[in-house]
Amino acid sequence: MTLRKRLWTAAPYIVLVISILPIFLGYFWLLISSFSTQTEGLLPVGNLTLEHFSFLRETPFGTSYPSIWRVTFNTFLIASFMTITVVMVSALAGYALSRLNFPGRKPFLSLTLILHAFPSVTLLIGIFFVLRALGLYNTILGVGLVMVGFEMPFGIWLMKGFFDNVSWDMERAALIDGATRLQVWWQIILPTIKPGMAALALFSFISGWNAWLIPRTFTIGAGQQATLSVYLQNFQGETVAVDWGAVTAVGLFQLIPVAIFFIFTQDLLLSIYAGGSKGGV
Amino acid sequence: MSVTNKAERGGATPLSPLDPAEKRSAIGAWLRNRLTSWAFMSPAALLITLFFFIPVIVLFILSFSDLKSVNFGTLQWWLPANWSLDNYSRIFGDMFFSKFLSNTFFYVLTTLALFNFGSALIIALLTTHINRRAGFFFRLMWLLPRLTPSVIYIMMWRRIASRAPFGILNQFLVPLGLGSGDDLLLANPWFFVILVNGLIGASFGLVIFTSAIEAIPRDYLTASKVDGASTLQTIRHVILPMIRWPILFVVTYQTLSLLTSFEQILLLTGGGPGLYKTEVWALRAYHLALSTVTGNTQWGYGAAWAVILVIIGVAAAIIYMRVFKFDDLVQEPKIDLV
Repeated sequence: MTLRKRLWTAAPYIVLVISILPIFLGYFWLLISSFSTQTEGLLPVGNLTLEHFSFLRETPFGTSYPSIWRVTFNTFLIASFMTITVVMVSALAGYALSRLNFPGRKPFLSLTLILHAFPSVTLLIGIFFVLRALGLYNTILGVGLVMVGFEMPFGIWLMKGFFDNVSWDMERAALIDGATRLQVWWQIILPTIKPGMAALALFSFISGWNAWLIPRTFTIGAGQQATLSVYLQNFQGETVAVDWGAVTAVGLFQLIPVAIFFIFTQDLLLSIYAGGSKGGV
Repeated sequence: MSVTNKAERGGATPLSPLDPAEKRSAIGAWLRNRLTSWAFMSPAALLITLFFFIPVIVLFILSFSDLKSVNFGTLQWWLPANWSLDNYSRIFGDMFFSKFLSNTFFYVLTTLALFNFGSALIIALLTTHINRRAGFFFRLMWLLPRLTPSVIYIMMWRRIASRAPFGILNQFLVPLGLGSGDDLLLANPWFFVILVNGLIGASFGLVIFTSAIEAIPRDYLTASKVDGASTLQTIRHVILPMIRWPILFVVTYQTLSLLTSFEQILLLTGGGPGLYKTEVWALRAYHLALSTVTGNTQWGYGAAWAVILVIIGVAAAIIYMRVFKFDDLVQEPKIDLV
């Protein structure tokens, strides 16, 4: 009886541990592979080595490709452009939708709501032509703008929700004292919703940093516009004998900011990812 | 809700600064109010126009045209004279049409049942049942597949399924005499496609179910226990009925997500192995119109495949909004502000 009871208590843990095993194995292999000459399964073959990290000094995968720093800079540029733009534009629109009365407010609200549920990936073919017409195809700005656009409905709704929860009194006092709407927004309301903006910023940064499909679709191969994901994917497919050590080392390098967020902002991640996930799976 | 109403009332009576100069000119105040609203709204409106409205229109027009790489630059696809419904009849006459359709149904239903709904519910029940901190830890681990860049995530899976002696699974299977050591992904592509997508997708339902379960008043669960109900009976008769709305929401929302998702399949199998073994509807559209591998890009025909998904997407989105009071649900994860 006690054994049965003990098993009953342990059972959930056993199931849960098994359920996270695959991703754990994946990460374990990534680590091992980056630091060993070769791997068989999860075992390193040969010596442990740091040679795979030579990409930090010289271009991996041949000199015809851009250096890792160029690619990292591109990725960082896209991710931070996305973060700043998504947060600012959503905060502007969210404030207006929460506080101002203007014609088209109601329709705009229901529209963003519909767009939030709408699977935006289905529009990639149309966007291809929009980007070409704007001359933004195969540019970092184009990729960044598309990703910002896709994030808009979610960002606006999130921000409007935050503004709705901020008391009206401080703002009213400031307006009576003669402040403009823009001043009120920037100096009084934004500081009170900092945690919300941080959550949206975090979400935007990670999705910009990780993105593959949109950069891959709207730029050409692993050229000067490549992001880390595109770069990494390129070298798994093109070269005949894939240099797995180097590929995993670059992968580990790409994971650094994600890992930092994962370790230090756990609560924020769990709350934002339920509302934020869309498009993908 | 009351907060929203307050905000709306505040908005309905515009609060103009009590500056005397402005009081004099009612038109000036009105104009200023309009301009302010416009200043706040225009960046978002511009982005939504550029990346939602115009693409939808372009997509529809393209789907009526026969634009492909051969006639790109010569065909005036935007002229109604060059429009027809040929692409749509072509879809249904496609030699592999039934294959794409059954692939899509199989992929969506199986992944949804086993992972996006099934695993999500089971893991939510388990992690709320055990110690709080441990539960939090496991939920966080379940978030990892979604947080990992898709390229790296798929790279891990390819290695897990790879042939001996490199593959991780084969490292354990071969010594046990299970399997020949061949590439497991080639042998069971669907198994991995569903698993790989499901592990990402499940975290959505997991977080929503968890907060719904944690919101159930403790008294209900205690009462059920006092009455002698087993754990399974409590789940069946107390917990499940109380979270039926979140369940319905997750199921419908994830159906649409799965129907239109293809990034992981594209990375994992590319729709193969062989001829369209794991090619789903959304991937078909992408391959036709945006994949440069074939060299023969068919924007018009691909757009027709995408348009059908767009129509389903818009219809579903409108229905969700009506049924679920969607705004309450998309904000479910509360990020406390005060």
